[in-house]
Amino acid sequence: MKDFIIPWDADRDMGTPAREGKPVTLTIDGFEVTVPAGTSVMRAAAEAGLQIPKLCATDSLEAFGSCRLCVVEIEGRRGTPASCTTPVAPGMVVHTQSAKVKTIRKGVMELYISDHPLDCLTCAANGDCELQDMAGAVGLRDVRYTAPPETGLANHFAPRNTSGEANPEWLPKDDSNPYFTYDPSKCIVCSRCVRACEEVQGTFALTIAGRGFDSRVSAGAAGDDFLSSDCVSCGACVQACPTATLQEKSVIELGTPTRSVVTTCAYCGVGCSFKAELNGDELVRMVPWKHGKANRGHSCVKGRFAWGYATHRDRILNPMIRDRIDEPWREVSWAEAIGFAATRLRGLQQTHGRKSIGVITSSRCTNEETFLVQKLARAVFGNNNTDTCARVCHSPTGYGLGQTFGTSAGTQDFDSVEHTDVVIVIGANPTDGHPVFASRLKKRLRQGAKLIVIDPRRIDLVKSAHVAAAHHLALRPGTNVAVVTALAHVIVTEGLMDEAYIRERCDWDEFQEYAEFVSDPRHSPEATALLTGVPADELRAAARTFATGGNGAIYYGLGVTEHSQGSTTVMGIANLAMLTGNVGRKGVGVNPLRGQNNVQGSCDMGSFPHELPGYRHVKRDDVRDIFRQAWGVEIDPEPGLRIPNMLDAAVDGTFKGLYCQGEDILQSDPDTKHVAAGLAAMECVIVHDLFLNETANYAHVFLPGSTFLEKEGTFTNAERRINRVRKVMAPRNGYADWEITQMLANAMGAGWTYTHPAEVMAEIAATTPSFAGVTYELLEEKGSVQWPCNEANPDGTPLMHVDGFVRGKGRFIVTEYVATDERTGPRFPLLLTTGRILSQYNVGAQTRRTANTVWHAEDVLEIHPHDAENRGVKDGDWVRLASRSGETTLRAKITDRVSPGVVYTTFHHPDTQANVITTDYSDWATNCPEYKVTAVQVALSNGPSDWQEDYAAQAERARRILPAAE
Amino acid sequence: MPQTPAQPDIAELSALIEAHLHLEGPLLPILHALQAAHGHIPEAALPLIASALNITRAELHGVISFYHDFRTAPAGRHVLKICRAEACQSMGATGIAEATLKKLGLDWHGTTTNGAVTVEPVYCLGLCACAPAAMLDDRVVGRVDAAKLDTLLAEAGA
Repeated sequence: MKDFIIPWDADRDMGTPAREGKPVTLTIDGFEVTVPAGTSVMRAAAEAGLQIPKLCATDSLEAFGSCRLCVVEIEGRRGTPASCTTPVAPGMVVHTQSAKVKTIRKGVMELYISDHPLDCLTCAANGDCELQDMAGAVGLRDVRYTAPPETGLANHFAPRNTSGEANPEWLPKDDSNPYFTYDPSKCIVCSRCVRACEEVQGTFALTIAGRGFDSRVSAGAAGDDFLSSDCVSCGACVQACPTATLQEKSVIELGTPTRSVVTTCAYCGVGCSFKAELNGDELVRMVPWKHGKANRGHSCVKGRFAWGYATHRDRILNPMIRDRIDEPWREVSWAEAIGFAATRLRGLQQTHGRKSIGVITSSRCTNEETFLVQKLARAVFGNNNTDTCARVCHSPTGYGLGQTFGTSAGTQDFDSVEHTDVVIVIGANPTDGHPVFASRLKKRLRQGAKLIVIDPRRIDLVKSAHVAAAHHLALRPGTNVAVVTALAHVIVTEGLMDEAYIRERCDWDEFQEYAEFVSDPRHSPEATALLTGVPADELRAAARTFATGGNGAIYYGLGVTEHSQGSTTVMGIANLAMLTGNVGRKGVGVNPLRGQNNVQGSCDMGSFPHELPGYRHVKRDDVRDIFRQAWGVEIDPEPGLRIPNMLDAAVDGTFKGLYCQGEDILQSDPDTKHVAAGLAAMECVIVHDLFLNETANYAHVFLPGSTFLEKEGTFTNAERRINRVRKVMAPRNGYADWEITQMLANAMGAGWTYTHPAEVMAEIAATTPSFAGVTYELLEEKGSVQWPCNEANPDGTPLMHVDGFVRGKGRFIVTEYVATDERTGPRFPLLLTTGRILSQYNVGAQTRRTANTVWHAEDVLEIHPHDAENRGVKDGDWVRLASRSGETTLRAKITDRVSPGVVYTTFHHPDTQANVITTDYSDWATNCPEYKVTAVQVALSNGPSDWQEDYAAQAERARRILPAAE
Repeated sequence: MPQTPAQPDIAELSALIEAHLHLEGPLLPILHALQAAHGHIPEAALPLIASALNITRAELHGVISFYHDFRTAPAGRHVLKICRAEACQSMGATGIAEATLKKLGLDWHGTTTNGAVTVEPVYCLGLCACAPAAMLDDRVVGRVDAAKLDTLLAEAGA
């Protein structure tokens, strides 16, 4: 690990954070260096290639000045100031290696080492320890402190003294966290972990307890361990620790890694860059990459630690087929599986027509893979029957933002949040769903930005350490449009809109029509309060805060889109942003928080049945021409089937075959029974996945998938950033997913000859204007780029609509509130809304197969104490949750996070199947299902519902595997 | 010092916390007020303070444990502090302190069985010129010796 001792590469620690400011020139050890004003002497020295010894400083944290190892001499100043806390000044002359500072450093180091165990050779941080490095750098050769013979030397590291008496200062290791240990005996109390928890993650779970020699890092209060504390296991403390005090268990077990590959996390839409650190092809740890532009060196528990699913024993590595779904699986060769699938699909097309089969692309696979799957439908199947899981999440974003702004994507980059003054978070729970973004948002909030939360549930952002929402509009589920329109009503009627901006950037006539609409008294907060449950004065105050508070940014999630009026709310949000002049610069904008790692990319790549790559309608002759020339086949001008249409058609007997890559529609799509009926009616269901997921219970062909660690490609995150995914190990299943799709296509006669995803990207660039400039060489050079990337924007586009909206004039659209057909009534008096939590991801296929289950072992139903009492439900009771669609059982958790009349659960566990409950109502424009509103009843229960029992039995039968024939 | 009720009243604790929230940096005044009212900082007050100031229990623990004078459990009716800083040590404080502890059968921070006196170390009372020094409750005493300490302890009822 030479690179840790002499880290010359770009990842070396600069000691203190970068600053922006006017250039200042100074001299350090005779070298002239120019840095921005406000930079520390330590960082300036690092810029000049001079590493000043340090222990308590690291460039992810503000300087602290406690270790006194980084002292320097500055001409004309008295004493030996700490270089980390001393800002540069023009003409300053610094000496980092004078005899005086060298003596001080040696003395400091000697004191540190006198209370540190000398077990370096058997220490997990051996070779990756800054204390070790610094002892070397200062030339420590001797520790003069010897124990008095009668009492022994007070220390923190020896469990017993030489007489065998227990050392009261020694504390045992805390290994309560599943992923890392805290060994107090190795701690040098530099506070880096505590500061990382505060400054970087914003959880404030750690502290230094006691003072002086008694100072100890403490998770939570006395009596807490890491697991019982507020710790969210983001890993920032482990990352910051200079010693083995906080150490990944994987490193303890496997040893320090010897090589690393920069790649992109495959969990949420934040798209964090990570260094995958390995020995050979064995992954040792994932470390957030400090130059990652989405995460800036931060991570969450999923990306940092929950990668064990990649080698989980449940993973299927051999292809399998069966004639009927009541038969056990047979393991076969790749050739046989692909041949079987291709023959069946072609057979179905011959019998039932060209349009009787289709594909579902995956938002977890790469852009290149998604492109190939939709190409399979369009060029090989000869139809447009392609859809993707964005159907069930952000399709209204595509529609709504497309209509108002002209593009289907967020307007900002994540860095933009550092410049925002007022934030609206609506229908999103960033601390759980998009944790790294949440940490960046919380940092800005601690700096003084104001927060407005619009959510039926009191999410953590409403009130958590050092962060409190200025306004929480706890609306009734399903009334987003009414609330957003009421906000606009206040802004327009009180004259708080940015008229100059609207006149310049938007269509004035449309605005006037819109203004007249929202000014109608029936849209006033007073008129809608009864409907939305939001007090009028609170809503008015929120509207004023947003309109007058400076840079206003709106971040939203599936609580906006997954409604019968999802698209309308998206347009309402766009209206609000235009109304207040908040699109087109840093710190503002409309920012959908995308759920999955590549849901943005899968939409960009033409996964929708009506759009070719780049959101261009299949009806357009010019666009079809491009693909006809590129692919040599005619493209069907008729849009294909959406997922719900495929399932309806399957039940009707006209849709017979499906190739479903990396998505578990049975668990994730609404109205599980209907999905199951649709799948059961098909004659060839091909599931291409890592695990035998719930959908695979109805499949005839199972093609084992590869993980993000096993292939080359790109993911596009919520800020339109195209990040490279790099292969760090060979696919355990034998092939990367793009190769498998290609084999299937070729078995159906396609004749594809891709040898690397870069060739697929070249095809994407050649056919799709917003990707025209994207090449792997560019990504290699820039690290990442945000589309549009083309001749006009060769380096990509961090901010959209800067000089004007993509569609020309921004378009205000009237947003009439129409109540959903899903209503509460005497039989179903409560409203169920769904969401997710930090430690689990989506349907849990990955995270349920990691130690993350320690935080969330089952889905629970959150219910208000009032509603619980009415039903005689106590905390932890089994309850039956029933809707018009179905019922399930789960445990109740009584909490006032939800309002009376509202219950909440997550959908991470297949044995709960929250989607048995959800209805098949959907967004009027895009069919995005209305997951967020279901009328339900809750009653005490003894155990699993009939459906759960039948389902469990069916799943067990469907998962039988016969061993491969010898 | 008043006897601490076993279960402090939540409303009372909240009112006491509330009364200090207008201050800049209200945490230390709150902790002082709680200790003044209850002789220690009742555990039941911790979540209330954390919630009122929007800080975590870790941060609160960090602050309380930093200051030796904040107690998490009630002390005896009187607190005797014996200085152990350099000036007092050089004037024989160590011997006096050890003898006192031995006589009472206590360790540092211990309380006599009748609950009368808690003996604690202190590092400098600012009475170096009159070393060795001690303090009984709020009263500082200079030039202590075994006899003076005995008087003080008798006064306290040890």
